[in-house]
Amino acid sequence: MSDPVANSKVLKIADPLLRRIHAHAVETYPHECCGALLGRDSESGAAREVLRLLPLANRRDDSPRNRFEITSSDVQAAEKTAREKGLELIGWYHSHPDAPACPSEFDREHAWPWWSYIIVSVQAREPRDTKSWRLRDDRSAYDPEALESAAHSASI
Amino acid sequence: MAVKVIIPTPLRPYAGKQDSVELQAATVGEALAALTSRFAELKKHLYSDDGRLRSFVNVYVNDEDIRYLQKDATKLREGDTVSIVPSIAGGARN
Repeated sequence: MSDPVANSKVLKIADPLLRRIHAHAVETYPHECCGALLGRDSESGAAREVLRLLPLANRRDDSPRNRFEITSSDVQAAEKTAREKGLELIGWYHSHPDAPACPSEFDREHAWPWWSYIIVSVQAREPRDTKSWRLRDDRSAYDPEALESAAHSASI
Repeated sequence: MAVKVIIPTPLRPYAGKQDSVELQAATVGEALAALTSRFAELKKHLYSDDGRLRSFVNVYVNDEDIRYLQKDATKLREGDTVSIVPSIAGGARN
């Protein structure tokens, strides 16, 4: 059995960047927003930091209230931007309009481990809850990743 | 023939921490089979339980999406680069 304490992960993100994710989620409400998280992974892998956001278009025109999609072309472009900035593509964010900040079964089926997945719950146009998640190696479930939001320096 | 498969960052822990793998394959299907045979842990992240490539997993030969070529049967030439690129999907319940 895995030890949840030993496996605990932390994702650092500066307050202004977190506020930008919230603003994006409110702007697209009642549709889902999405974007890429660029940053750095710590050497130990236990803590990583978001240093830049890349807001992206939700390509799911048919069901944007409860689905989002970032195309493979957009993923490749995000990777290129990360490389150009000397950063890594460390994860993704999206919103759940009028739904909890918890991954759905649909989220789980469409995820890979290692990446951080930030989910913002937006209720009646207000960001209510923000959580980060990582998929387990065996794909069985997500584990929460502590979001450490602070006023430390980050390029915005 | 010898081809190179590019491993996306999230899957490198399941591929000996390598960013690319050189292997022998005549088609894309053979390349993916050889890859997942060498690194068994990769399989569940690329294929669903029914053995199909997961819907969000896209495979390119050089810069061409195999969906617009011959899919798994797409032939490979010496020195080709096979890339695995996900699309990112998800969303709330209901």
